[in-house]
Order: sequence, then C-alpha cells, then structure tokens
Amino acid sequence: MSTSKFNILESKHHKNRNISLILGVLFFSVGIIDFYLNNYFNTNITSFLPRIINFFTPLIFGVIGLHLIRIEFSGIKILDNLNKNINTSNFNAVLSVSIILLIIFGLPPLLNWLILDANFAGDTKEACTGGGACWVYIKVWFNRFMYGMYPNAEQWRVNVTFIAVLFFMAAGFFVPTKLKNYLSLYYTLILPIISFILIYYIISGGSFGLVWVETGAWGGLSLTFMVSFFSLIFCFPLGMMLALGRRSNLPIVKYSSLSFIEFWRGVPLITVLFMSAVMFPMFLPDGTYVDKLIRVVVAITLFEAAYTAEVIRGGLQALPRGQYDAAKSLGMGYWRMHVFVILPQALKLVIPGIANTFLALIKDTPLIFVVGLLELVGMLNLAKTNPKWLGFSMEGYVFAGIIFWIICYSMSKYSQKLELKYKTDR
Amino acid sequence: MKLKKILPQILTLLFIILVFGFFTMNAQENMGARGLEFGFGFLKTQASFDIQFSLIDYDGSHTYARAYLVGLLNTLLVAFIGIILATLLGAIVGVARLSPNYLIRKTASFYIEFFRNIPLLLQIFFWYFAALRALPMLEDAPMLLNSSFMTIKGLYAPAPIWINFDVFFTTIVIAMITIFFFARYAKKKQEQEGKRLPVLMISLIIFITLPLLTFLIGGVDLSWSFPVIRQMSQSSYTFDGGLKIPPELIALTLALTLYTATFIAENVRAGIQGIGKGQKEAAASIGLTPSQVLKLVIMPQALRIIIPPTTNQYLNLTKNSSLAAAIAYPDLVLVFAGTAMMQTGRAIEIVGITMATYLTISLGISLLMNWYNKRIAIQEK
Repeated sequence: MSTSKFNILESKHHKNRNISLILGVLFFSVGIIDFYLNNYFNTNITSFLPRIINFFTPLIFGVIGLHLIRIEFSGIKILDNLNKNINTSNFNAVLSVSIILLIIFGLPPLLNWLILDANFAGDTKEACTGGGACWVYIKVWFNRFMYGMYPNAEQWRVNVTFIAVLFFMAAGFFVPTKLKNYLSLYYTLILPIISFILIYYIISGGSFGLVWVETGAWGGLSLTFMVSFFSLIFCFPLGMMLALGRRSNLPIVKYSSLSFIEFWRGVPLITVLFMSAVMFPMFLPDGTYVDKLIRVVVAITLFEAAYTAEVIRGGLQALPRGQYDAAKSLGMGYWRMHVFVILPQALKLVIPGIANTFLALIKDTPLIFVVGLLELVGMLNLAKTNPKWLGFSMEGYVFAGIIFWIICYSMSKYSQKLELKYKTDR
Repeated sequence: MKLKKILPQILTLLFIILVFGFFTMNAQENMGARGLEFGFGFLKTQASFDIQFSLIDYDGSHTYARAYLVGLLNTLLVAFIGIILATLLGAIVGVARLSPNYLIRKTASFYIEFFRNIPLLLQIFFWYFAALRALPMLEDAPMLLNSSFMTIKGLYAPAPIWINFDVFFTTIVIAMITIFFFARYAKKKQEQEGKRLPVLMISLIIFITLPLLTFLIGGVDLSWSFPVIRQMSQSSYTFDGGLKIPPELIALTLALTLYTATFIAENVRAGIQGIGKGQKEAAASIGLTPSQVLKLVIMPQALRIIIPPTTNQYLNLTKNSSLAAAIAYPDLVLVFAGTAMMQTGRAIEIVGITMATYLTISLGISLLMNWYNKRIAIQEK
C-alpha cells in the first residue's frame, strides 16, 4: 500500500486525527445548520452564546471546523481533495465558509422567486397570486417583446425573413471549393443586398399584396437583431478601408482616417444617436426624409467601424514584415498585395476581435431607445407603464437579462474557441 | 509614380471637402429657414430650468453655460466614483480568479461571466426601476450604522461640516508634493548608495500626520450634520440636514461599477498570468523576499500589461456614464443635449459642444496614458 508509509509516520497521531476529524465535521455542520435554521425557521440554536458574537457564530463554527479537518496526507481521498481545493489556509477557510453561507442565504429565495413560487398559468394580472415572479406577464406580452408593435397577424413575415436570411448566411458554408474565393464578396456585398431586399419587401411590405408596416412599428428582439446584423455587415468593409488608410504612407489619407477613427472612438454612442436624430436632418436638403431606422443603422455603423478599424489594424500589425517584403519582391502593387497576401492572413487573426466587437454592438443596441425605436429593453419600459400591468418591472428585466445573457455568453464562448483555434504563435 | 501618390490624396481631400461642403450648405439653409443663426451666444442667456442634483450653486436664473458646467461636473462625479470602485472591485476579482481556492475562483468567474454579458443599459434599468424601487419609504426606513437611511428616495447620510476646509485641503496637497520629492530622493539614494529607505511607511506617516496636525494648530474642525426625519403633512415626510445621494446616482454608479469591474478583472488576471514563472524564480534565487518579489519584479511587469487596456475601460466607463440620461440623472447629455436643446433648438451647436467635451476627455486621457506607457515601456537597445 502506498499510503502505509504515511500511516506509519502518523500512527501516533492516528487517534488524535480521528478525533479532530469528527470534531471538525461536527463544528462545520453546526455552523451550517445554525445558519440555515436562523434564516428559514427563525430559531437560533446558539442563542446561549453572548449576543455580540451571535451574528458571526455560523462563520466561526464553520472556520473552526475546516481548521480541524485540515490534515495533510490523511489518506482519505475526498478529504485531501477538499483540503487542497477550498481549505489550504485559515484565510481560505474564512472565504470558503462565507461563500457557502452566502449560497445558503441567497439561492433558495432566488429559486423560490424564479420557479417554485412563480405563476405560469393564466393570462390576466389576477392569476398572479403567489409570492414569486409573475411569468404570466411575460407570456401575455411575449409577442410585443419579440416583434414590438408589429401587427399580430403579420408577424409570420418577420419569421420568414429571418429564416431566409439565416439560410443565405449558412449557404456560404456549403459552397464548392471553386467558389471559395468569392465568399468575402458574397458576405460583404451580395448578402447585405439580398437581406435588404427581403426586409424591404417582406417585413416592410407594401407590394405583393402585403400590408405596409412602417418602421416605427418594428421593435422587440427582432429589431435588435436587424440593427446589429446590418451594422455589423456594413461596418466591416468600412473598418477595413479605415484600417488600411491609417497605415498608409500618404499623409492626407492617413490623417483623415486617423481623425475619423479617433473622433468616433472618443464620443459615447448615445451622443451619436442624438446626432443622427436631431442634428443629421439639419445637414440634409430641406424636404428630404431619411427613415429613422436607416439613420440609426448608419450612425451605429460609423461608430462601430472605428472600433472595427482598430481591431483590423491590430491584425495588420501582427503580420511579420517579411510578408509585405515578399509580396513586393514578387512585383505586386498595393492593392494586389493587400487583397491576395496581407488581408487574408490578417483577417484570420482578427476574427475573435471582430466577434468581440459584434458582442459590444449587440449590447449597445438597446440605446436606440433615445431616438424612439423600441427594441427589447425599450418595449419592457413601455410595458412597465401599462396601467393593467403595473409592478412587474422586475420580471421584465430578468427576462430580458436572461435572453441577452444567453446570446452574449454563447457568442463570447464561441469567440474564445476561435481565439484558441487561430492562435498559431504559441 | 508621383501621380500614384498624389491622386488618392487629392481624391480623399475632394471627398471630404464635398461632404463637409454639402452638409454646411444645407445646415445654413435649414437654419436660415428656421430663423436661427449659428453661434454660441445662447450660452450667456438665462437657462430657466431646474436641475435636480448639482454640485455647484445652480437654479433657473443661471445661464446655459452654468447648466453645462453642472452637467459636466455630474458626469465627472459618476465617472470618478465609478473608476475608483471598479478598479478596487476589478483588482480583487481579478486576483480571486487565480485563487487556489475552488469556490473563490468559481465565484469570481461566475460574477464576471454574469455581469459582462448583460447590456449595461439593462443593468441600469434593473437597479433603478426594479431593485431600488423595492426600498422602504422615508418614514419606514431603518437607521443604518446609527446615522444613515436607505430609502426609495435615495441615501441620506451624515454630511461633513468643515471649518477652514481650504487649510486642510492645502495641507493634503503639500503632503502629496512632499511625498513625491521624498520618493525621488529615496530612489536617487538607492541608485547611488544602494540603501533602501522605507518609502511607503514614511509616505503614509506624512500623508496622515500632516493633515491631522491642522486640526490641532490650523484651526480646522469637522463636525457632522445628521439627517433627521420631519413630517411635512399627513403622508409626506422629508429629511432635514445630512447629505442626500439621489437613487439615480446610486443605480448608475452601481451598474457602471459592476459592469466595468468585470473587464478590469480580466485585465488584471491577464496581467498576472502574463508574467513568466521564471521571473518569480529568478527573483527569489537572487535572494529577494516574497514581498520584494511582488513589489519589484511582478507588479512592475504586470502593470505594464494591465494599464493600457484598463485605461481603455476607464474611458469606456466615462463614455458609458452618458447612459445616465436614460434614468434622468442630470449628467452632461441629459442637461445639455436634452433639456437645453429642447429649449433652444440649437441642435448643431449643442450636440457639437457635447461631443467635443467627451472627445476632449477621451483624447486627454489617451495622451496622458500614451505618455505614461512610453515611460514604463521596456527600454530596448
């Protein structure tokens, strides 16, 4: 037996060890049970102790318990693992016990509110009787949160368009190798045009027997997706041009790109949206009207293009000089060098960075409420003020939080995976 | 060859001039049609609107310029508090992310993944409209720490009342200058003679004792004004005295801190992980104590990795503080680009000033940080 050596070494403490183990577990359990009873049954089993330490008794008992069971090479696998992971020193023991107590304190009420005491059935406010969340509210308002003020009978049009756009996006992954070279052209030019046509004819309507729905009625989560999708697609080529411009050796090109980038990076998005709403119409000839949604997409595009440019510039800088020299020595000009040698390599490097920009973009879209477009968060604030459904703001925000969290978390995990995949230098 | 270089530049220039020219022409025409004239004269006229929360004296009889200043100061206040709290929280969470303790590590990463993947605006709304609205009314609020009240209308805390505050403040500045020169002297001494002075200890002593001395001999005095509840009518109450911190400020600071701290924590983690193990071992092998290893070898190198992205986060926090407008905290955007613009209708001037202000703050901090980065960068030969 491999552990016998340690057992022999510690044999004289063997008895002590067991006692301290039992005492430790006892102390720890007393601490936890005391805290549990205190919180949920209003009984205090340690009330005989002086009042001044009563508040901290669970913590003190727990830490004493952990201190007692901190035995090196005990030979018990679970105990060794426990000690190694949460109980390396007294300081760590204090932190561990605090976290365990915090979980006992916070988790049950949270679960009660979210699920156990919550109301799911019914479709009026009166159906919500329990102390928990009123998910009926979300159920009743679900269509509004997803589609905004878009007429209920016409919502299938939004779904059809989204499925079609997704289909065209996915189509790029299945093209034969022969056409692979044209993929970037497809994604930067053809896909936006197709998507725009789809959105214009199906969601907006007005022809082919479809009722016209003005952009002011669009909203909810579908608007979040639309705005971020178009902004991303448009900001990518613009950001690329700006990044190349910033690294150019032609002074006018370089400094105009530089000031463009620094300008948009220096101002908050909310002021940019203000600008698009109140200042931009002043800059256009009298009588021209540009749709609010288009103005917003343009504003966000310009804003994000500056960030994208910086990300792409990072990729350009990361390429070794030899790549440029080799391309030049083959007699390639500026554009040929960039299109065939530099950009394909640099863009591969910046995919995770672009994913992060897109993440920021999605998290920024709720801001479009300042110009009166109501996507998910805006719709929540509208629903909150409905006199029939007062007092459910918590449910609404939690619901939106969960949706955004799922979207952003999965995207950030994906971008981290890509980062590992493309990390070739280490 | 020459043409190849000049042509793109001329085209760029032409494009810029055309766009700007087109915009200016239209703007002139539009403003002319509305009977407005471009200019900043309106700044000197009476604002005649009130602002709920102000750090300086302000009421409706003051000018638009003064209203602008109130908004700017409110923005800077949120940014300042947010930056300090986010740095503290971020540093703690970043270190906790690397803790050997499983529970700590997981709690830290749970916190990071949770708060950074929810839009900031949603978090602000959550704290303001859902969490803080659940607080008790003025008359039901329990007393915290024997002095403060956390109510639905905000936090009422004791307000400090200073006598001769300027003396106190000057002493603090003097103490800082003394410490700066002392640190330089100590560094010089170490470089020349190899002797280390206990700089941190002495600095702390200077920083604490000098201002304290003013209480004894400078005529400085400090007392507290406690908030006291008073019934105004049947069901309305108010607090007399004390300091009122509005719920908008609390919600905004809370959301900005919790959101930005997640990014700072990741920067701190990356900075500490970025230092090779060899550095630590090499430092230990030449006989440095663990605290010296941390202070002289690890931190200077980790900071070099941490500071640039963290500065970016500070800038982001400052810019994100403009979301204040969504919950009616009177910051620059709400006061100036909101109320003042509604009243005057001067969209171009006001949005322009607002953007220029943020731009100045951003570029100022960037320049400062570039200078600092150059100073701490590795000097390669």
